[in-house]
Amino acid sequence: MPKRLVRTAQYAGLGLYIVFLGFPLLWLISASVKSSRELNSLTVSLLPSEWHWENYSDALARQGLIGSAGNSLLVAVASTGLVVLISLPAAYVLARIKGAARVVGTGWILVSQVFPVILFILPLFLILRTLHLTDSLVGLTLVHATYTLPFALWMLQGYVAAIPFDLEEASAVDGAPRLATLRHIVFPLLAPGLVATAMFSFVASWNEFFFALVLLQSPDNYTLPITLKMFIGGEGKVALGPLAAGAVLAAVPSIVFFSLMQRKLISGLMSGAVKG
Amino acid sequence: MAKRTRAKSQIGRGEAAVLLIPSLLPIMVLSVTPLLIGVFLAFTDARLVRNPEYHFIGIDNFIRLGGNSMFWDSFRIGIIWAVSVTVLQLVLAMGLALLLNSGLRLQSLTRVLALIPWAMPPVVVAIMWRMIYSANAGPLNAALGGLGLPSSINWLGDFKTALPAVIVVGVWVGMPQTTVTLLAGLQQIPRDLYEAGALDGAGAGRLFTAVTLPSLRGIIASITSLNFIWNFNSFSLVYVMTEGGPGGETMLPMLFTYLEAFKNRNIGYGAAMGLVLVLIVVTLLAVYLRAQLRGDKEA
Repeated sequence: MPKRLVRTAQYAGLGLYIVFLGFPLLWLISASVKSSRELNSLTVSLLPSEWHWENYSDALARQGLIGSAGNSLLVAVASTGLVVLISLPAAYVLARIKGAARVVGTGWILVSQVFPVILFILPLFLILRTLHLTDSLVGLTLVHATYTLPFALWMLQGYVAAIPFDLEEASAVDGAPRLATLRHIVFPLLAPGLVATAMFSFVASWNEFFFALVLLQSPDNYTLPITLKMFIGGEGKVALGPLAAGAVLAAVPSIVFFSLMQRKLISGLMSGAVKG
Repeated sequence: MAKRTRAKSQIGRGEAAVLLIPSLLPIMVLSVTPLLIGVFLAFTDARLVRNPEYHFIGIDNFIRLGGNSMFWDSFRIGIIWAVSVTVLQLVLAMGLALLLNSGLRLQSLTRVLALIPWAMPPVVVAIMWRMIYSANAGPLNAALGGLGLPSSINWLGDFKTALPAVIVVGVWVGMPQTTVTLLAGLQQIPRDLYEAGALDGAGAGRLFTAVTLPSLRGIIASITSLNFIWNFNSFSLVYVMTEGGPGGETMLPMLFTYLEAFKNRNIGYGAAMGLVLVLIVVTLLAVYLRAQLRGDKEA
């Protein structure tokens, strides 16, 4: 085949992928600025005939949406803080000791993926109920933190392992106390990895649906995904424009974080893939 | 080297334990313990009520489950869903990874686009695709109409199209991670393998089957296993898109189990379902990975 033809075919293929991956998002954004009349009409176009930015204020004014966004933010920030705080020392140990603990640690990540959440959630619900932590943001925070922890640990210990141990040794030989070595040598090098781990935890919690669905009962406690789901639930027709606007708003934090840490995530995954 | 080992073991056992406990504690209390209790519940008639009384009923739940045709229907749907999504994810992601690895323009745009589905909350993805699939005012039907094809299909509401339609969304969501992983694998393959193959007169297709696929074997095995587990255990996406409808056509096993446990309040029975599903998935995976491993040895 002539080289030219191959290239053309490749670009055509790439174009199809771009449309498949990008169009749905474009459509959601376009729907978020369309009027209800246009959204229910039979003529369908990507560009809105009139721009209705008030869909966004409508979505925010809608009962509960701001409150749920606040709840989501609270749970995501608290569980992220918790995850970083408790995974940092453990990740350091996991990365610096040899053998069994590492295997068990990474093994647990795989095992926890195999078991469907439904098997955890039944007893977890009973445990949290005796602690009066169902229908509570504190309970949800704990659950989110626990389920993000294994992956966060795995990510973070990878970043620690990437810091040459010689640096620590050299500092110890120079007579620096251990804590000082950790603070001045390890911590600054670890900071980017720590940020990536924190972002991952934040997004995982912000996006999480199932635990919130099971654990939260009163609308005052709903997180954003639950409120959005309730909008399309059995309670009659919803205005599609504000719904789309609300969905865009719910996706913004994760997309922003994701674009920021894109490179980091890819390189992290790559090293994982290569080792695996 | 000796010095290095000594330095490594500077972290004493006690010290290591102290540093690990904050992580282990929540995992034990909120993850391992519930799992064990969950397994135990499967052998009881526990119900989700105030002041519950449990009775140990042996394997009654499992016997009952054997005759529950709705559960097995849902299991069949779950397998169709998980296998289709996993295979399509692999094929499409492989295509995209090869394109991204062949020095085209627009690469960075595609990379970002390919990652977006991953970052989005499942609820938002579901809402978005409900709009795409909308029977009256959706762009999909409009595009089909423009081509002169049938344009009034109720994608998520029709018995025939609902499952394929949600499978497409499953593929859309899961492609990024698979693509990135495969791309990482592709970039690890030494260039000279291809050069040697080309010198021997192998074409692009032959190079793919003789060099690319064998080199990626391990990565493909691990990413398809993980994808299969994730897809089989998936809940949120389809729950928000169809709630298992129409008429149970998209009732994935996790949706079925969720409804049994939290709507019908039979948590003992629900736990038994969960346990059966885990055992089957683990068995399937073991068979698949064994076959992969054997292939590795022969290769």
